[in-house]
Amino acid sequence: MNINNEITDIHLDVLKEIGSIGAAHAATSLSQLLDRKIEMLVPNVNLVTFDEMFDLAGGTERIVVGIFQKIEGDLSGNIFYLLPIDSANQLIEKLVGSSFDFHNPEMTEMGISAMQEVGNILSGSYLSALSDFTAMRLQPTVPSLSVDMVGAIISYGLIELSHYYDEAIVIDTQIIVEGSSKVDGHFLLLPNPESYISLFQSLGVL
Amino acid sequence: MNNSKTVVRVGIADMKIVKAPNIIKTSGLGSCVGVVLYDEVKMIAGLLHVMLPDSNLGRLDNVNVAKFADTGIHSLVELLVAEGINPLSLKSKIAGGAQMFQFGTNDTIRIGPRNVEAVKMMLDRLSIPIMAEDTGGSSGRTIQFDPKTGKLSIRTVNKGFKEI
Repeated sequence: MNINNEITDIHLDVLKEIGSIGAAHAATSLSQLLDRKIEMLVPNVNLVTFDEMFDLAGGTERIVVGIFQKIEGDLSGNIFYLLPIDSANQLIEKLVGSSFDFHNPEMTEMGISAMQEVGNILSGSYLSALSDFTAMRLQPTVPSLSVDMVGAIISYGLIELSHYYDEAIVIDTQIIVEGSSKVDGHFLLLPNPESYISLFQSLGVL
Repeated sequence: MNNSKTVVRVGIADMKIVKAPNIIKTSGLGSCVGVVLYDEVKMIAGLLHVMLPDSNLGRLDNVNVAKFADTGIHSLVELLVAEGINPLSLKSKIAGGAQMFQFGTNDTIRIGPRNVEAVKMMLDRLSIPIMAEDTGGSSGRTIQFDPKTGKLSIRTVNKGFKEI
């Protein structure tokens, strides 16, 4: 499938639809975990260049806490959960019960694994909703964490697809904490281009 | 005379050239490598943001030469030659090629070091000396080159700022 020519608004709309279902499940899980209301907005779905993808997450130089997972099974792809350092600190303090700072390079194992677990819960609930809807078998890999620049983190997930493509579909869900209008993180889902056909077939738009 | 500096930004899988007093910059290098080719006397520099080591790994009709170390360096030299630069007067500085995450396929984990190796091999083939490098590690880098001074400044998240 030549992604530049054959992806239409219908395809992107369908992804938005399933993205919303995934996001709703993930928001519920995260709200339960943190015992406060977390909102995930209706995802933006776009076919974008790599630089545009970095801009979605606040720009290539912006420093974030990033949790990266691959998707395996009937579909291959990458998942990034990116959030501001202060938000990650608050989240871990709430979970672990002691103060925590991702600015500190000597981060404790405890905080890192707690953060990775949050990523796991988000992606797990998101993917299981997607899996129910599409009847595809989808599994996230073990999460990996990095505190670094947006460009440096996301480009790692672009290596494989960049051999053949200069653009990719990104399903971007913004996360918002109740009582603030502030975007408190991004959940990016990037299906690999070779999975587009099976994904659209399973959704009945191909 | 206008002395104001413009910062020319180079995106991922992209390349541009700049003349003093302007400076050139690329941000968020992870496993990617930033390659600067410059002529000290003429104060002209080109910057390339390489994603992958070898264009043979890509599809045949891939038009973006700046994505790969081999075709990217070759094209950047051509751009500089078109500006009247003698390729024999070119020098280089390189930065990037980190291992951002420790998982993935073996090929993906090692993509940073492989990019660095491919860049060095291509520079060697073209007899362009590497004057300085800051490669490897596990941190992202933002780099900026000033063709007037020939200095490459590098910013990382935890190790701050340095100049090579």
